[in-house]
Amino acid sequence: MAGEARVEDYLALLKPSVMQLVVFTAIVGLIVAPGGINPFIGIIAIACIAIGAGASGALNMWYDADIDAIMSRTQNRPIPAGRISKEEALVFGLVLSVFSVALLGLATNWVAAALLAFTIFFYAVIYTMWLKRSTPQNIVIGGAAGAFPPVVGWAAVTGTISFESVVLFLIIFLWTPPHFWALALYKQSDYGAAGVPMMPNVVGDASTKLQIFVYTLLLAASAMLPAWFGFAGWIYTTVAVITGASFILLAWRLLRTNEDVAMRKSARTLFNYSLSYLFIVFFAFMTDNLLTRFGGFAG
Amino acid sequence: MSAPDEIRSIEAESPEAVAARNKVRRRRSIALGVALALFALTFYVLTIVKMGPALFDRAL
Repeated sequence: MAGEARVEDYLALLKPSVMQLVVFTAIVGLIVAPGGINPFIGIIAIACIAIGAGASGALNMWYDADIDAIMSRTQNRPIPAGRISKEEALVFGLVLSVFSVALLGLATNWVAAALLAFTIFFYAVIYTMWLKRSTPQNIVIGGAAGAFPPVVGWAAVTGTISFESVVLFLIIFLWTPPHFWALALYKQSDYGAAGVPMMPNVVGDASTKLQIFVYTLLLAASAMLPAWFGFAGWIYTTVAVITGASFILLAWRLLRTNEDVAMRKSARTLFNYSLSYLFIVFFAFMTDNLLTRFGGFAG
Repeated sequence: MSAPDEIRSIEAESPEAVAARNKVRRRRSIALGVALALFALTFYVLTIVKMGPALFDRAL
């Protein structure tokens, strides 16, 4: 019965697994931003970004309840499983959206709040309602929503958008296609059944694998930008080179694998690696920055 | 489901089902209460922090 939703069901609407990456990248943006922020206000800013991301997840589940009921990966979500009604999810998402944006604006500044509002709008409306069901480029353009958190974190401290935060945005933006297309390669029957035009279902495996490889090259190059433009030191550069080369190697292996079972296994390996990649690269960037600022390490 | 059907289905619930439902409702209420308390506390501390160290350093 929809009226007897558990607390856990409401938490599931917030997509906590996606939230982890959002929170982590936002923390990095907030910490590496020049200047300082009161620790309590910093915690509030991160909480607002997390709640805003969760709210957009709830709005996504509200709109996508029909296709979530078809895909095995999403069938047990609270709405298709009948534990929460669509209306409850919509209200929950809207209330949390307004709350997170308003509190971020009051606690930090309205540039950060406007960026958070745009992120929620972009994910819920541009990606979920428009792009997801209409074009195989859905996650390429929609990936911008997932790339905004470090920019919001940075803006919470500085009140501005700067070149450095745009580079962090670019890294996540270019990471999104290889990440999601690797998932789509080994889950394509799911997406096909739900009628979602993911790249493998539309253009086939070969073209998708090639595009994954090209985006991986662009990603590895973009991850070098902090080093080239001098706002990251040798620790970050070393990590970016090693992890970028590993990513390219895995994408190359996927490109060269044609047998179906081996290809799916290779795609799964790439998908899992991509998750670690983003955490490692952002962690290295934060560590490098902190050591340079407070540890006396020359860049 | 019409209203009388709904009433019959509620009447037909076992004591265990009623207890389980009450437990879920209680946990939801506690979670809402904690969220509201955190909300109030956040605004309280935020106000103090935003006012800064010169809170009492002003002409009366």
